[in-house]
Amino acid sequence: MASTKEMKQTLFGPIFANNPIALQILGVCSALAVTSKMENTLVMCIALTFVLVLSNVSISIIRNHIPSSVRIIVQMTIIASLVIVVDQLLKAFAYDIAQELSVFVGLIITNCIVMGRAEAFAMKEGPGMSFLDGLGNALGYSVVLLTVGFFRELFGSGSLFGYQILPLITEGGWYTPIGLLVLPPSAFFIIGGFIWVLRIYRPEQVEAKEV
Amino acid sequence: MASKNDTISKTFTVIILLCLVCSIIVSGAAVGLKDRQEANAALAKQQNILRTAGVDLGGRAADSVFAERVRLLTFNRETSEISEFDSLFDLEEALAQSSAKDGGERASAAGVRGLRRDIPVYVIRGDNGDSIDAYVIDIRGAGLWGMMYAFLAIDPDGQTIRGINFYDHSETPGLGGEIQNPRWRSNFEGKDAVDSDGQVAIRVRKSAGDNEVDALSGATITSDGVDRTLQFWLSQEAYGAFLARVREEGTI
Repeated sequence: MASTKEMKQTLFGPIFANNPIALQILGVCSALAVTSKMENTLVMCIALTFVLVLSNVSISIIRNHIPSSVRIIVQMTIIASLVIVVDQLLKAFAYDIAQELSVFVGLIITNCIVMGRAEAFAMKEGPGMSFLDGLGNALGYSVVLLTVGFFRELFGSGSLFGYQILPLITEGGWYTPIGLLVLPPSAFFIIGGFIWVLRIYRPEQVEAKEV
Repeated sequence: MASKNDTISKTFTVIILLCLVCSIIVSGAAVGLKDRQEANAALAKQQNILRTAGVDLGGRAADSVFAERVRLLTFNRETSEISEFDSLFDLEEALAQSSAKDGGERASAAGVRGLRRDIPVYVIRGDNGDSIDAYVIDIRGAGLWGMMYAFLAIDPDGQTIRGINFYDHSETPGLGGEIQNPRWRSNFEGKDAVDSDGQVAIRVRKSAGDNEVDALSGATITSDGVDRTLQFWLSQEAYGAFLARVREEGTI
């Protein structure tokens, strides 16, 4: 078993030091699509955490038996099955949210983070470490998504988790919502800002100038 | 070890075993949760129908209020025949088996496809039994990104709009998505769906006049879609004929 320090590194590293979205720029598509409301964002994060952790663990368990010629297919089969299970669970227990997330739950299958961790980590390490790695990367993903969701819902709709914080002008208040923020492309600006702030505190993440 | 894994027999064994395990998990989830999902979908539909007609649930479950207050009918667009059903399940079964019949130019303008000969009508009974509170009709049409599904509630006079509720759509949140905003939807209330000759009276457009609803700003295509949806579904090709029958016969 790995040392405590290594375990901590695997679990917390992906949150800021090696964030899958901010540093590796993976999984950006869903960060754009589902972040217009905090509630949807949170459910999406939980769904991704579930899929990423379980796919990492199950791929890690059978890693010594996966023929290398079909390893991508094996990974996809496992990930796709988990995503379908998540989709079914949401439809059964959180019907309204499942309606809003609709196709984006299914698109977790193509989320590069899930596949990337399976290929880069779970194929090499044991189930315990893979579990921590999956959880850590899911947390890193969730931190970015919740940040984006926070700004988009607060300034785009004046609310958080559906509760009105800034009274809208259309409802008789004073706040004119920023229409751009309810549209998916606005997440690019917020993710860009997130990366900027992150790199101020962690200058080692700044790429070297190309010569 | 890699060479041991890469033999053809091992590859097949691993793949077949994996597929077996995954399919058991997936079908297990699908079968195990099916009842719950269908119940959710049916409950959401009943809730939407009652909400459109402005029925106060008074803290009760939507399905029991629905069973008590709603009569389920289908209207035949060819023969104007009306059939009654006992349960939502029977009604949906009948609609699924109803033969196809297109709806002419207005239907294609509204982007309505797969139109059937029979269309559903939900008759909401009054609190005290026999009187009729509203007729709820099921309409749909293309918006900017996809189909918009709505229930439209008509007063017992067969003419005045009680309310409209877009229960499923994929319009842009904040722009076209505002079709579900209660403030915009309230613009429809009290307007005439059709005039006394049975022509469609309600319009959705810019700088609306009498009996018209202002289009949503920043959502021209969505608003036009709502307009075309209403123009088709309230026409004689669809629910217009049913509403004409309501006005003639008083009640249905």
